[in-house]
Amino acid sequence: MIVAFIQRAVMQGIPLLFGSTGEILTEKSGNLNLGIPGIMYVGGISGVIGAFLYERSAGGNLNPFLAIFIPLICSILGSALMGLIYCFLTVTLRANQNVTGLALTTFGVGIGNFFGGSLIKITGSDLPSINLTKTSNYFKASLPFADDLGWFGKVFLSYSFLAYVAIIVAVIASYFLKRTKKGLNLRSVGESPATADAAGINVNRYKYVSTCVGSVIAGLGGLYYVMDYACGVWSNDGFGDRGWLAVALVIFSIWKPNLSILGSILFGGLLIVHNYIPGLGVSTQEIFQMLPYVVTIIVLVFTSMRKKRENQPPASLGLSYFREER
Amino acid sequence: MAKENAKEPLFHIAKRPAIIWYKAWIIRIASVVVALLVSAIVTVLLTGENPLNVYGTMIEGAVGTSRRIWSLSQDIAILLCISLAVTPAFKMRFWNIGAEGQVLIGGLATTACMILIGDKVPSALLIVIMIVASIVAGAVWGIIPAVFKAFWNTNETLFTLMMNYIAIQLVSYFSYEWSVPKGSGQIGIINSDTEAGWLPVIGDKPYLLNIIIVLIITLIMFIYLKYSKHGYEISVVGESENTAKYIGINVKKVIIRTMIVSGAVCGIAGLLLVGGTDHTITRDTAGGRGFTAIMVSWLAKFNPIYMILTSFLIVFLQKGAIEISTKFSLNDSFSEIITGIIIFFIIGSEFFINYQIKKRESVKEVSE
Repeated sequence: MIVAFIQRAVMQGIPLLFGSTGEILTEKSGNLNLGIPGIMYVGGISGVIGAFLYERSAGGNLNPFLAIFIPLICSILGSALMGLIYCFLTVTLRANQNVTGLALTTFGVGIGNFFGGSLIKITGSDLPSINLTKTSNYFKASLPFADDLGWFGKVFLSYSFLAYVAIIVAVIASYFLKRTKKGLNLRSVGESPATADAAGINVNRYKYVSTCVGSVIAGLGGLYYVMDYACGVWSNDGFGDRGWLAVALVIFSIWKPNLSILGSILFGGLLIVHNYIPGLGVSTQEIFQMLPYVVTIIVLVFTSMRKKRENQPPASLGLSYFREER
Repeated sequence: MAKENAKEPLFHIAKRPAIIWYKAWIIRIASVVVALLVSAIVTVLLTGENPLNVYGTMIEGAVGTSRRIWSLSQDIAILLCISLAVTPAFKMRFWNIGAEGQVLIGGLATTACMILIGDKVPSALLIVIMIVASIVAGAVWGIIPAVFKAFWNTNETLFTLMMNYIAIQLVSYFSYEWSVPKGSGQIGIINSDTEAGWLPVIGDKPYLLNIIIVLIITLIMFIYLKYSKHGYEISVVGESENTAKYIGINVKKVIIRTMIVSGAVCGIAGLLLVGGTDHTITRDTAGGRGFTAIMVSWLAKFNPIYMILTSFLIVFLQKGAIEISTKFSLNDSFSEIITGIIIFFIIGSEFFINYQIKKRESVKEVSE
């Protein structure tokens, strides 16, 4: 049962990991992107649209490569576009980041649910619901020998490729931020854009690139959720509040992508732990679902009280930068 | 000699000196018009319908019948109330995105009063208790992040966001605890036989009381922000905390006091929703209004009177878009897409009010 629990926790955690890695990269540039929940919806639905159209045009037999490639590229384009909207408004037009982010979330969730509910009607298809089991099977393909290796195989090797992508991306992001010159530049943009500007760093370019890359990574979380976790069945609002949990995870992992790998699995575990404790009533389960948020608040309070410098949010988080304004 | 001087870019951006008010409004109205055009194009692409018909459907959906007008006004009133609630905090640059949770917890307190003591005390007393309970509950939900912000500078955006979900889960918990029939997870209409704790109905118009209360709050909030000492302190803290400290304002006190006000008004919104409108509570009672309210308040430049306009705009669009989606059997979320587009354009237009784009002036080369 422990093995099954860990497996489920990881599967719950992977979308959060994608989301939080993306948001960490974004926040490191000083952009507090509260549009992440919307972006994850768009990442998911873009993949669904791609897969839906491909499955329809290909008829019965799908090419395995295209079945993965088309949804993937659609998802990436969709979330990159969302990132661009956010950047254009907050970086180029210097709009308020909180308002823009929330509007982006409204917009993104709207797009997700709208196309999820109306795709069949718009394309004039005669299917009863969006069911991409075939595509999903390609996404879910895992190593064939994982089940033969006992608990070790189940805990470490039984996931689909996107899960490993999530972990690899988090490790790379961590290395990038800590060890490379570009990462250092990015962090300086987030801490003090005026200083970075004076040092000859192109502040706007860094903000654009990191926010868009961050959006793409977050969008993959949506894709993973619908293709892998939900087995290719889109249900409106099915993704729920996981986007906000990803934002919470950023704080929990104190802006470090490698910590967020562990954090995401922990959060995934907290989300489903109520299913594994015997004798809980339905109402008590609801209390247990509060846990990730409570834990985040505790971490938030704790880091702000300790005032350790490396654990603080980027100093210019949430502020637009305008060179002439000092 | 090689010319090494840096090239001046073709355009550059400069801060505008104060813009004349009518020009600012022309820009804003133009942005709404452009946004409506873009939304129309999107709608036509998705429905293949004549755009004029689409606008007709929208207006029909929002104000077509007197029942619709009442329901529109009711939705405007609630959204306006929550927008008013978050405004003092925003003026202070305290990003309270926890209105959703503050409304829910106010509603939950109201529900608790109606269920637990609904048949034990006379109706008038019950309503007084409900008012106090909802205000206190909302204020408590506001004060917690405020205290941490004031003393330890804890990030309030993220803190208030998390508080939303704690409130939502609490509502879920009590939905099961008090569910009728047991275990269904639905509270259902509370006291439907005795109507104990239902806010009184004025002259057969079920929403009139809500609307009047919100209008009164609007007026009070306008005066509070503009003419009271508290309002002045809020704007000084918002402009610059250091200035505030220098002129002897107790910043911590202002932050906590303002969040009590903000949470309390959210609590009232919860009271109106549960006691005056729905007579029940679910996790979706606030329905994302806590987030929409932030945009409403910001679009109105934190002015309570303009907020009547901006909340009207948003609710009108939502109602209209829902009608479109019903008529063309599309999904309800169409309204969220339209709202998103409109807000993007209005947010973007602020740039052209605050900044101007200057073209490079052609400089005559001095020949050697």
